[in-house]
Amino acid sequence: MTPVERLSGIVVWVLAIATVVFLLTPLAVTVAVSFGSSAVFTLPAPSWSLRWYEALGRSRELWGVVATSVQLAALSTVLGLGLGTAAAIGLLNGRFPGRDAIVTFLVSPLMLPGLVVGIAMLEAYRAAGLRSVWVSLILAHVVITLPYVVRTVYAALSLFDFTLIDAARTLGLSYPRAIVQVLVPALAPAFVTSGMFAFLASMDNYPISIFFTDAWTRTLPIQMLQFVEESPDPTIAAISTLLILLAVVVLVVGDRMVGLRRMADL
Amino acid sequence: MMALRRIDPVGLLVLPAVLYLGLVYGLPLLNLLARALVIDGVPSVAGFVKFFSDPFDWIVIGNTLRIAVLVTLLSLAIGFPTALALARARGAAQALILVAIILPLSVGVVVKAFAWQIVLRRDGVVSQALVALGLWDEPQRLLFTEAGLVIGAANVFVPFMILPIYSVVKLIDPRLGEAAATLGAAPGYRFFRVFLPLALPGIVSGIAFVFSMAVSMYVVPNLLIGDRFQTLATLTGRSFLLMRNEQLGSTTAVVLLVLAVSVVVASSALSRRFGGQS
Repeated sequence: MTPVERLSGIVVWVLAIATVVFLLTPLAVTVAVSFGSSAVFTLPAPSWSLRWYEALGRSRELWGVVATSVQLAALSTVLGLGLGTAAAIGLLNGRFPGRDAIVTFLVSPLMLPGLVVGIAMLEAYRAAGLRSVWVSLILAHVVITLPYVVRTVYAALSLFDFTLIDAARTLGLSYPRAIVQVLVPALAPAFVTSGMFAFLASMDNYPISIFFTDAWTRTLPIQMLQFVEESPDPTIAAISTLLILLAVVVLVVGDRMVGLRRMADL
Repeated sequence: MMALRRIDPVGLLVLPAVLYLGLVYGLPLLNLLARALVIDGVPSVAGFVKFFSDPFDWIVIGNTLRIAVLVTLLSLAIGFPTALALARARGAAQALILVAIILPLSVGVVVKAFAWQIVLRRDGVVSQALVALGLWDEPQRLLFTEAGLVIGAANVFVPFMILPIYSVVKLIDPRLGEAAATLGAAPGYRFFRVFLPLALPGIVSGIAFVFSMAVSMYVVPNLLIGDRFQTLATLTGRSFLLMRNEQLGSTTAVVLLVLAVSVVVASSALSRRFGGQS
């Protein structure tokens, strides 16, 4: 190794360590503030306390919002998984023109500005006379969850050997049973990871939800942003810490199911 | 057996998803384009003429592009070395870097922007650290400044720079560098003429991801810089949510859409040209 190479190697590692610290900073700060006693986010905290978690436990308003977000995310994830998996299977087995274009269309909501998608939906649903906040939110959130499922399940399916299903049928299984007994176990990891990421994406979505929520039906990010703007106190840090905990759970499960390295495949 | 089937029933499984997205997402987007280009039932670009002739709107466009460029540059500066380190790392170091990338990706943007509000205050961690290092004489506020916005936004988007670069770099055969060295190539030559061209498709798609997200971010500028600094996205949001000026909102939304789509299209054309398979 020449000195130049050794030096550039050191620079790369120093920058990488700095980036790791940089990336984890907001999460560490949130957790630290949530366990601090200071109401004005002083760090390091003067003393440790659980008062913000107690405040969180007492807040009826917030738990109603959490329930809304969880129900919405769960329902739209299930619908997204159904539609997305069917589409991925169809895409890989059917023979039709424009397959790449269809895949691009199905994952395109991930690439377009959420705000623009939200506005487009708002105007169209209003023009169609759709008044229900719940129905609008679910229709919109399936658009958020579906691309995650299509992307991950399609990638996993393209590695799956479909002759295994023909083999199972030759051995006497019906087509549906062959799917259930052969395809489903092979797809389970992709199913679980894409479902979890879809769920989180729906839980965390702000720019699309903002156009469909009203005073009575709010999702968690909308409510949190309103708190941050109007009456910031570390209760928000406490709920944020619980959301970070949820992300940690997802990460651990994902690591068990497919491994961290495969989760990093965009 | 497959060839005998005329109508492939399995292929039809794609229909529900396509119809669904077409109806609740594709049509609304077309409708948005149409509304911005048709005024009182007549095709017209008056909305755009009005928008582009207002000097204030050019400030907004300038703000949007300047911030997006700075966020992209900062993300590239810290994301490229991190991707290299990730590709070389093994074991615990690799796991640590992966967790540092994937965990923040799974946490919502409201949570992260809220945390940066705390970090960037006058008595925040960044200010304290810079004073302790002797770089600043006294604590300063970074919140509600452009620098603070760029730092916060880069934090949110840098994983989208690291991951595409990593996905390309990890496939580069290290023996290529050794072969070049054996043939007498200096380290600088090996980096710029052997390594960089191979990594370029990943860099291009990382830049495209981060730039298009930075152009259209909404929550981060709302919390980190406030109302006095408008970008295309915040102006679009405000015109619908606060000002109820839907003509202006549709126009800026279409400008934003065109910007984001052209970045994505240009980048995929570029990486194809550089020989990437992605």
